[in-house]
Order: sequence, then C-alpha cells, then structure tokens
Amino acid sequence: MTAPLIERSSAVRRLRQLGKAMTTPLLPDDYLALINPLWSQRELRGRVEKVVPETENAATLVIRPGWGWTFDHAPGQYIGIGVEIDGRYHWRSYSLSSVPLVEGKTVSITVKAMPEGFLSDHLVNGLEPGTIVRLAAPQGDFTVPDPPPAKMLFLVGGSGITPVMSILRTLDRRDSIPDAVLVYSARNEDDMMFVHELRVLALRYQSFTFYERFTDADGMLTADQLDDVCPDWAERTTWACGPAGMLDAFTQHYETYGLSDQIHVERFTLATADGSAAGGEVTFGVGGPTVDVDGATTLLEAGEKAGVNMLFGCRMGICHTCDVPLASGRVRDLRNGDEHGEPGEYIQTCVSVAAGDCTLSL
Amino acid sequence: MAFSDVREYTHLSDEEIEAIGAELDEIRREVEASRGQADRDYVTRVITLQRRLAAAGRITLFASFFPPAWLIGTLMLGSAKILENMEIGHNTMHGQWDWMNDPEIHSSNWEWDTTQPAEQWKHSHNYIHHQFTNVLGHDNDVGYGILRMSRDQKWTPYNLGQPIYNFMLAAFFEYGVALHDLDIESIRKGEKDPKLLKKQLKQIGDKIGKQALKDYVMFPALTGPFFLQTLTANFTANIMRNFWSYMIIFCGHFPDGAVHFTEEELEDETRAEWYLRQMLGSANFDGGKFLHLMSGQLGYQIEHHLFPDLPSNRYAAISVKVKDICKRYDIPYTTGPLYKQYGQTLRTIMKLSLPNRRTSDNPAPVAPREKRRLRDDERPTRRSELGKWSGAASV
Repeated sequence: MTAPLIERSSAVRRLRQLGKAMTTPLLPDDYLALINPLWSQRELRGRVEKVVPETENAATLVIRPGWGWTFDHAPGQYIGIGVEIDGRYHWRSYSLSSVPLVEGKTVSITVKAMPEGFLSDHLVNGLEPGTIVRLAAPQGDFTVPDPPPAKMLFLVGGSGITPVMSILRTLDRRDSIPDAVLVYSARNEDDMMFVHELRVLALRYQSFTFYERFTDADGMLTADQLDDVCPDWAERTTWACGPAGMLDAFTQHYETYGLSDQIHVERFTLATADGSAAGGEVTFGVGGPTVDVDGATTLLEAGEKAGVNMLFGCRMGICHTCDVPLASGRVRDLRNGDEHGEPGEYIQTCVSVAAGDCTLSL
Repeated sequence: MAFSDVREYTHLSDEEIEAIGAELDEIRREVEASRGQADRDYVTRVITLQRRLAAAGRITLFASFFPPAWLIGTLMLGSAKILENMEIGHNTMHGQWDWMNDPEIHSSNWEWDTTQPAEQWKHSHNYIHHQFTNVLGHDNDVGYGILRMSRDQKWTPYNLGQPIYNFMLAAFFEYGVALHDLDIESIRKGEKDPKLLKKQLKQIGDKIGKQALKDYVMFPALTGPFFLQTLTANFTANIMRNFWSYMIIFCGHFPDGAVHFTEEELEDETRAEWYLRQMLGSANFDGGKFLHLMSGQLGYQIEHHLFPDLPSNRYAAISVKVKDICKRYDIPYTTGPLYKQYGQTLRTIMKLSLPNRRTSDNPAPVAPREKRRLRDDERPTRRSELGKWSGAASV
C-alpha cells in the first residue's frame, strides 16, 4: 500500500512527529477524533453516507473513508468492514463495487443479506447513514490487468457480481469494454443485482454480451452447459465469482481441459460453525508451520510442541499474555465451549483448542 | 501443608471449596454472556472524558502564570492521568475490553501514560502478581522489593528506613512501577540475565524519555515565557497521580485481614483454591461511584482479583454476589473506609521497619504452617518461565 496522502508532504510529516511527541503514548489522531471521528489514521475508518437498496435483500453502502485511505484500489478487490453491534466489532470482507478514484471521496460495497448471516442482514437493513465503521485496506488479486486481455468471460453467481461490477464500470469509464461475456446467475429477476445497469451496458457496447440466467426457472448453470452460452469459452480468460459449489464445478471443468491457468476465482467462504469439529490443522503464522492438533490440546501447547516461540503467562486464561489474532478458521474456548471465528479476533491460546482447521497470526 | 490448612478455610470441606469455585465460575459466565452495548458505552464515555480533561488541562496551563489557572490546569491534568492509569490503562491491559474486538481499545496494543512500558507491566502485573498474589518470593507487589510488608520476611537494619522509603515510593511511584518487572531481588543476587536486563532497561529508558520530553520540555516550551510555571504544573500533576495510585494499590493487599502466603500453599492448587487465595489475599474499600471511578474500581480489589479480565464497570454488581458467597460459607471479606484501610497499611509499614520481637502482631498476616519457614534466600526470586518474553522484551 502506498503512503496515505497525508503522509506524503514532509511538512505535514514533521508536524505529525511533533504532535506525536506531545500526545505520547497516544497519537494526535486520538484527540482529533474527538472532534471528527474520521480524523484518525490509527485505524482506517469510514462514515456510511448512504444505503441504496439494490434488490429486496441487497443494498449498496456508500462509505466516506477517513484519513489514511488511498482510493487507489484495483477494480475487483475487496475491503474489510468492521461494524459495531451490541458493543462488539464484527468484521467481514466485501468486494468494492465502486470505480477507483472517481465517485467523489467515497467507496461503495454491495451487500446481500444472507438468510443466516446476521451481519449481512444488519448491513442491509440495520445500518443508519452517519454510522462510523472500521475499514481494512483493499486487497485481493481478483483483478483485470491493464490493458485487459482481448477476450474475457465472467462467470458470476448471486452476490459474486460485485467485484465484476467494479471491473465493468472501470472499463466502461474508459469507454472500452473489449470482447467480454458475462454469464450471471440469480434466483430470479428481482434478485439480480445491477440488472438494469448491465442491460444498458450490453446495449451500449457491441463487444459486451450479457447472458442472464434465472435459476428458479432454468436451474443452475452446469459446467457442460457452458458450451451453449459461450461456445468459445476455452479461448477466453475467465473470472469466476459466486457460491463455492459453482466455483468448484467450473475450476474442475477448466482443469479437465487443461486450462487451469486461464481461470481466476474469488471465493467468499465463511468457516461454518457446526459445533462438532474438534481439532484440525493449525497453522502458526500465515505461511508458518502447520501441525495436526486434536480437540483437547490447547493451541499454546500445540505451538510449543511444534517449536513455535509463543508468548504465555498464567496458562489458565486470566492474564491475556498469550492472546493472538485469529487469521482464519474457528477455535473453541475450553472453559465455556464458546466458539470464536471472527477473522482478526484475539483468542487466548492457553485455553483454546482448534475447532476445525485454523490459522493464527503470529 | 495443603491449602486447606490455611486457618480461614479449615472449616471448609473439599466439596464446599469446589462448590464456591463453581459459584464463582457461574458469576463469570453470566457477566461474559451479558457484556454488550452498555459496557462499551461506559468505557468509551470514560475515555472521551479523560481525553477532553487532558486536553483542557494542557490548554488551561497556557495561562500557567495566573495562579488559579495553574491550580485548575494541574488538577485537570492530574485527574486525567489518574483516570488514564487506573480506570482505562490498567483495566484495558488486563483484557477487560478485548471482547469488543476493537483494535483501539485492546490489551495487545494499549500503551499507558506512565513510565512503565505496557509490555513489561502485562508480565509483572497481569501474570506474576495476579497468578501468585501475595505469595512471598513470587509476588513483587509485596513491598515492591523495597519495603518489608510481612512478618515472614527477614528483618535487616535496612528496614529501619522504611518510613522514608515509603514516602519516596509514594511520591515517585511511577518510577517504582517502571522498575517493577526488573526483579530487583534477582539483580541483587546476581541471577538476572544481563542481556534481558539491558533490553528491559532500554525499553524503560525510552518510555521515561518520551514521557519527560512531553511533560518537562515540550509543553513548558510551548508556553514560552511561562516555561517554569508549566513545568511545575506538569510535575505536580504527575506527583498527584503517583500519590493517589500508590495509595489505592497499597490498599489492595496490605490492610489487616489480607493474608500473605508461602509457596507451600501453592502446591497442587486447584482453580477453586486459587479463587479462595485471591479472596483472602485482597482487600476492598468502600466509597461512592466517583471514588471507585478515580481508583479504577480497585475498591473492588477482591472482585478484580477473582475476575481480572471482566469489565471493571461490573465489579460493583459482582461484589454483591461475592459478599453473599462469603457470608454463606463464613469466609472473611475484608473491606472498610479508605482512610482506615490505608491507615492499617501505613501502620504495618511502620511496624515492620522494626524487628518482629519489638512489635505486636496485629491480626496475623501470614497463613500459619507446620513446616519450617523458608529463609528469604531459599525462596525463588520470581517465576522464571517466560516463554517468548525474554526475547520479546526489546521491541
């Protein structure tokens, strides 16, 4: 990530150093944020400006980021958003649907309320404009190179449209959508986000073909039907985003034809809590050692056995010396059986065991 | 000797001890399950208040040449430092607010407005002091390695100076706390790893430097011709915080009735016994909401020691239940007005500056035992298993 705008001027940087010395151990931001919550770079933050309904159960959140945001994301990337509900921050990742740098000083994400996703439901139905949210910088490599390849195919299911939307809008802004096919599945027309905007694009650009698939009526698109909707799919660089089942089917299909390196996939997977998983593969630090751990060995013990240098104190869950953030997966607190699975959530390794595969940030 | 031989507990059966443990576990579960918006609102309100108070104090001190402004500015800044150290810093570093999953109010990265680096504090306090509370030779809070606080500690002529050491410790408490994790005792015995010592000293030095630059150079310089007035105001605010936090902390474990332990009681200690040791080793003081806020809810020291990582705003409600448990099982619950609790502490400090035979033993502060007492030099200086700690101390 490039330096935030505010850090690029050396005068501002020196002023900040001075401010830091005056406010140590805090930052000047901690006091400025009392005046305006967006005047802080301690954590990336944003204010929800608008909540625009897209379909019955999906909405676009327009967010004005605070200090430290760079507005230079690549179309197709996603951001993390942290929302406070009942005193606690919950984090999720959503693809940006906005075009970099243009739409004023805001970014937007489009969220679909999932039947059991209490957070997505809150974002769509419960978020008031003016709410301050936490943000995590854009990341992800589900992006289209510049210039784009001559022939492209987008395979999209449901809310998987959001990163593709950002890509298409960016191409549209340059008035140059190359030969592109969008195969977009949704349950029905009401459920299809951005359907009108996409139809307009298809009318404007000869080179852009929009195939709409309504699964309530026509069933899911299977891999062997690809020949019918896009006969030259094998010649196209493909971006696929949607439910896990759909992505698995298509990646396998491409593999069968030896075209694996021609398909880019974005997965929105959430570790599910079925309450039964005990133990699993634990990775200590992203890219660090991975060991198989049973459901009775604490993560601290497992780490020590694996030779990982872990911080610890009381080993009974009172001192919080051993806390580390969870990168992914789920863990269970041995004291009360509670499961924790929020990415970035701090867990006490001395009283936690793996509930399925998980990764700790060390 | 087992824990159950501690006089205050001899009337309890093993089953009763486990039942008490289960009741306390249940209190923890209830609070954990009910943490929510109201608790977050409480801590964010206190933080906002504290930061406004600090800013207002600093701004007022631009008029430090005007005595009433000097006084008000000093009081505001001193109160802000007290609030930050006691109700916000100490409690946040315990992980009381970690459940909010808010990176800006989290034990892993909170740094407080005092000279002790947070990282060393979390080790010496959260771990050593809270795990080995009042165990002689383990818990450095017993006299901070400077004062003789138990009749069980050997008297030497050095202790004759206790009234003076005590005053100095109170006035410069933040520096006493800064050296807290060094383990003076092991340095004296020459057992301290010199590399670790160097790392820790550098970390402390850096923090002291930053604090001094802010309070004694930058803000005085900003007020230009009133450099000296602002300097004395900032110095007074720091001293004010030092006396206050010293008093509150010494009232936590040294009034009459708070018992000290030896390593024998630690053997095979169960979780329930750990709870009991915390209850017997801590003392509360009574007061109104304002007093409890300014002391970081440490007037509920017993509740804090039972549940060091539950939100401090819940201790008042928890204390009602804990008192009830103590009553039903006939366990002492030490409390009293602040002046009385501190008065008893001060009396103990004065008395113990003299050898045991010169003074009477008002309520025995040490659990009676059967075996010969260990001599000071036979006791371990400190728990030594530090994990990654010794390597991480330099950051």
